[in-house]
Amino acid sequence: MGSLKSKWVFGLGLSFFLFHMSSASANEVRVAVASNFLLPLKEITRNFKESTSNDVVVISGSTGKLFAQIKQGAPFDILLAADSVRPEILEKEGIGVLGTRFTYAVGRLALWSADSRFVIKNDLQFLNQKNFRYLAIANPKTAPYGKAAKQVLRKKGFWKKLQNRLVRGENISQTLQFVVTGNADMGFIALSQLKNERMTLGGHTFTIPNDWHDPIRQQAILLKRAKSNPAAFQFLEFLKSNSIQNLIESFGYSLEK
Amino acid sequence: MNLNSLDLGPVWLTLQLAAVTVVILITIGTPLAWWLAHSRAKFKVAVEAVVALPLVLPPTVLGFYLLILLGPNGWIGGPVQALTGSPLSFTFSGLVFASTLYSLPFVVQPLQSNFESLGKIPLETAASLGASRWDAFFSVIFPQCRRGYLTATVLGFAHTLGEFGVVLMVGGNIPGKTKVISIEIYDRVEVMEFAQAHILSAGLLAFSFLVLLMVYSFNKKLPVHVS
Repeated sequence: MGSLKSKWVFGLGLSFFLFHMSSASANEVRVAVASNFLLPLKEITRNFKESTSNDVVVISGSTGKLFAQIKQGAPFDILLAADSVRPEILEKEGIGVLGTRFTYAVGRLALWSADSRFVIKNDLQFLNQKNFRYLAIANPKTAPYGKAAKQVLRKKGFWKKLQNRLVRGENISQTLQFVVTGNADMGFIALSQLKNERMTLGGHTFTIPNDWHDPIRQQAILLKRAKSNPAAFQFLEFLKSNSIQNLIESFGYSLEK
Repeated sequence: MNLNSLDLGPVWLTLQLAAVTVVILITIGTPLAWWLAHSRAKFKVAVEAVVALPLVLPPTVLGFYLLILLGPNGWIGGPVQALTGSPLSFTFSGLVFASTLYSLPFVVQPLQSNFESLGKIPLETAASLGASRWDAFFSVIFPQCRRGYLTATVLGFAHTLGEFGVVLMVGGNIPGKTKVISIEIYDRVEVMEFAQAHILSAGLLAFSFLVLLMVYSFNKKLPVHVS
């Protein structure tokens, strides 16, 4: 009786497993995306599904984590990174397909405070007042927006001065989360995050001039696994199209000239 | 492999966190476990369930609530900020608070089961012989519950060492304050510094194994108390 039951449970488990195996159809594109681009991607994906009837599965995380997973054979078709360094490495190592790498967006950094007590002026000198507890940045080691934030703070002479006031988010989403929940008074985030219509974010925003840090060239690359997946190629072309590039710009990114 | 870049700061910080957490947990866990072992209150089962919650909840649930509660606008972080000038999020104290919740069942449950098997009689006998409650506890109860205390201490300590999700959400990754071993390993893996990740991971693995080995072998040696 007991063994009959366990056989039944095993069979059920096996059928679930097989069901999941078979559900990965040929015209499905798996896009691994840096968390700052998740919202625009959702919009793009909706348009793509409507115009091609291909399916898109989105996996989001920090560029560093996605990169490490891809190197270990994660089953993704496309990487939309938050930098150009890691797509370049993937191309060089043959994990990405040669010639498919391009800049799909140029990231804009913004300093944002939800609390209107902190008036953010255009020169950052207000940081000298030190009337705040925590300034959130993304981890400069792992997140490109964090690296850019570090460059800005270095350039303006605040990096060393503010060390004990910096908190580091695992990625740019967590950095925003720290400020939204009031745990940090302000933070260097992606301008695109502030364009999120679901959240009406008030407070003060200062868009960091592009020449205060190296350009955040966010690059896409097709991964080896997708060489024979026409839907993946289609998706990359779709991303390059004028209408989608304009859409990307409206989300708070620059375009590569 | 560049061993110089292996920073031992997170290791010490994690050991400190685990030690402080265990001391707090034993202190509040003892009366709580005693009450759970002997109370006949109707809501006892509810308290038992609450104590066991961290066993089943994903750390993200605890992390999310703590992020909101410990911040300057939170029910806990707000008053703390009014008193000390700093909220609890992104601080060592905040991590101690989080770890205390997170490891609570690992300390309370072994103590409770030990107290239950001991029964109330030893304490009552000591009281009838004129011992004060403290005296009775330290000279009668504690020696007979060494096994429970050892298990509770070691499990509480080891479980706090392995904490990750909660710290990731409320810690803010500050070196020397909230950057614990598990976060350091996570960062190293992300930037492909596998050598350092290997050293820390293997260290944690070996340490955890030794700790558990110690508990199980002591548990075999110590006499089982039959009430």
